Amino acid sequence: MNGTSQMLVYLIAIPLFSAAFLLLGGRALDKVGHIIGTLASSAAFVIGLLEFFAMLGRAPENRGVTQRLFTWIEVGNFNVGASLFLDQLSMCFVLLITGVGTLIHIYSIAYMSHDHDRRRFFAFLNLFIAAMLLLVLGDSYLSLYVGWEGVGLASYLLIGFWNQKPAYATAAKKAFVANRVGDVGLSLAVMIAFVQFGSVSFSGVAEGVEAGKASSLALNCLGAALLLAAVGKSAQFPLQAWLGDAMAGPTPVSALIHAATMVTAGVYLISRSHFVFDVATIAQTLVLIVGAITLLFGAIIGMAKDDIKKALAASTMSQIGYMILATGLGPVGYAFAMMHLLTHGFFKAGMFLGAGSVMHGMNDEVDMRKYGALRKYMPITFVTFGLGYLAIIGVPPFAGFYSKDKIIEIALDAGGAKGIILGSITLLGAAITAFYMSRVMLMTFFGSKRWDAGTHPHESPSLMTIPMIILAIGSVTAGFIFNMGDRFVKFLEPVFHSEHGGHGEKAHLLPPIVVSALALTAVAIGVSIAIAKYGRGKEIPTVAPSDVSVWTKVARRDLLQDDLNEALFMRPGQELTKALAIVDEKVIDGAVRGVGSLTLDVASGVRKTQTGFVRSYALWIVVGALAILAAITLVTL
Amino acid sequence: MSLDNYLYLSALLFTIGAAGVLIRRNAIVVFMCIELMLNASNLAFVTFSRMHGNIDGQLFAFFTMVVAACEVVVGLAIIVTIYRSRRSASVDDARLLKL
Repeated sequence: MNGTSQMLVYLIAIPLFSAAFLLLGGRALDKVGHIIGTLASSAAFVIGLLEFFAMLGRAPENRGVTQRLFTWIEVGNFNVGASLFLDQLSMCFVLLITGVGTLIHIYSIAYMSHDHDRRRFFAFLNLFIAAMLLLVLGDSYLSLYVGWEGVGLASYLLIGFWNQKPAYATAAKKAFVANRVGDVGLSLAVMIAFVQFGSVSFSGVAEGVEAGKASSLALNCLGAALLLAAVGKSAQFPLQAWLGDAMAGPTPVSALIHAATMVTAGVYLISRSHFVFDVATIAQTLVLIVGAITLLFGAIIGMAKDDIKKALAASTMSQIGYMILATGLGPVGYAFAMMHLLTHGFFKAGMFLGAGSVMHGMNDEVDMRKYGALRKYMPITFVTFGLGYLAIIGVPPFAGFYSKDKIIEIALDAGGAKGIILGSITLLGAAITAFYMSRVMLMTFFGSKRWDAGTHPHESPSLMTIPMIILAIGSVTAGFIFNMGDRFVKFLEPVFHSEHGGHGEKAHLLPPIVVSALALTAVAIGVSIAIAKYGRGKEIPTVAPSDVSVWTKVARRDLLQDDLNEALFMRPGQELTKALAIVDEKVIDGAVRGVGSLTLDVASGVRKTQTGFVRSYALWIVVGALAILAAITLVTL
Repeated sequence: MSLDNYLYLSALLFTIGAAGVLIRRNAIVVFMCIELMLNASNLAFVTFSRMHGNIDGQLFAFFTMVVAACEVVVGLAIIVTIYRSRRSASVDDARLLKL
């Protein structure tokens, strides 16, 4: 079924070599580092496009291509080849990663122009692109794992890019540790897959599942382990606490890694493992629960944040919650999860770049309470951000409408009480999203000037605005294009082997038009509340008011997630470490020291027999000889 | 005459030698007592050789004599050197080798 392609390896190799070259080249490359980095990313994008057109030229059933690189691990029956595999699902990611990645490279040339470490920044960005491509192109869980760790490393390096500030270094560490918890899940999944199926490749596991080689318990464990991995990487409940702090990184990083691509790797993992989740019903239900909780969790945090980047981060969390929820709905949901992922990639990256542009003009101020009335000073940023805003809240015909509406629709169609609960949650999420995004818009671009003295906002250079414009065009058109004649769903159909054709005939709980109307009503309610609270004539204090309800306080503190982690894991962990240190000190060191001092004590007692008198030594020899004689005599008697 | 008497004599000589080593302080006398013990064992070797009709014991007696001769050479030299430096041949005076 699969053809081969010799080009795939270059997708990964070019950015990887560029990263190595930029890092090893040192200061000599400072003047050209950003150009090399951007060219490497663009080259990957061009290869991705060539592969895409080649793929469209083949029949839908034969669109997957593989490239075998080398035999990686060969132990007895266990044989893992380093192979790359590109199908329709990976293709979506390849284009998103390289396309949005290249735009963000271009944006960063200007955004980072005053940073004397710009070359290093581009090296890390290229490293990220290479690792993320490996993640989506690997044909086994083990290759995916390498990419998975690679993006984790790149994320860590980029969050802590300005690690001279201790808070930023801590944020990087926090992201790394939270991701590590998820990575345990992935390594468990690899082990379970190997034990159950004797193979870690996607196709091997899929065949094993189909042949019924594993018990339902094993499949559910495998699903749960994969979900844990996805939860860590995609900042889902209960491992979501790192994403807000990850905004410490430069804004292009937040746009690329912590909005458009890396954090969606969890959605990729679950979609790629659809053959496991389709049969592991308990794990699938867990996916639904995680998605539903996170989508509300993120939205609620988003309502209370005054830091523009943290508000967007909370929104990312919530939108990925939508995607995870869609994947949890089974075959009907994967394609829509991917669609929302792609449209979200456009509008969220665009909004982050817009936020970066605002910060660029406002002396790196991130507090929205100190913005206001910026639409006159940054018209391009205002328009592109505004289009992204209309897309995320789901106003037709912008991209988010199509993808989010579909998710709400299939959530309602899930059947019975489950459908009603999930549908209500997604609708409520849509309303809250509309509220907090309107709040961001109103506080940033409308109202009165609340700037600090000495701030002179100005529009960003064209290197920054052009990527924003392109992403805004994507935010406007992507949904419509994807949805035209269900083209996107049909494109992905061979991957998920789902009967989307029958989707249309299935009985709906509510007709699609009613669902859309409900969603738009929810959005309208959210927007009007925001306008009532933050709209014309409302004075917004420059310092967050402290006489607020306990709920607001809790939401400002990320719904106590950090406090919970601290109370449940960090403090007991510290106590455990202290206890272990005491055990080490008293028991283990005590035993070692005890052996030493015992030897010393015995020796200092025994050495008194060494008097220096030869005759007493002779006496001991005689006594010894007699003792031996006596012993021999006793034994032989 | 029973061969046992040789063994009794050997044991007697050995005991005298051992007692001399343990009791006497003069290094020369201690030395002579060691020789006595060696010769007592030689006598036992030869006697056992005779008893078992086997020549191994006599062979060992010669070995012992050679070792004893070497020992005398080294031992006497040490004793003489110690006497020269300390004006004493008492083994109890030479007791610096201790902790």
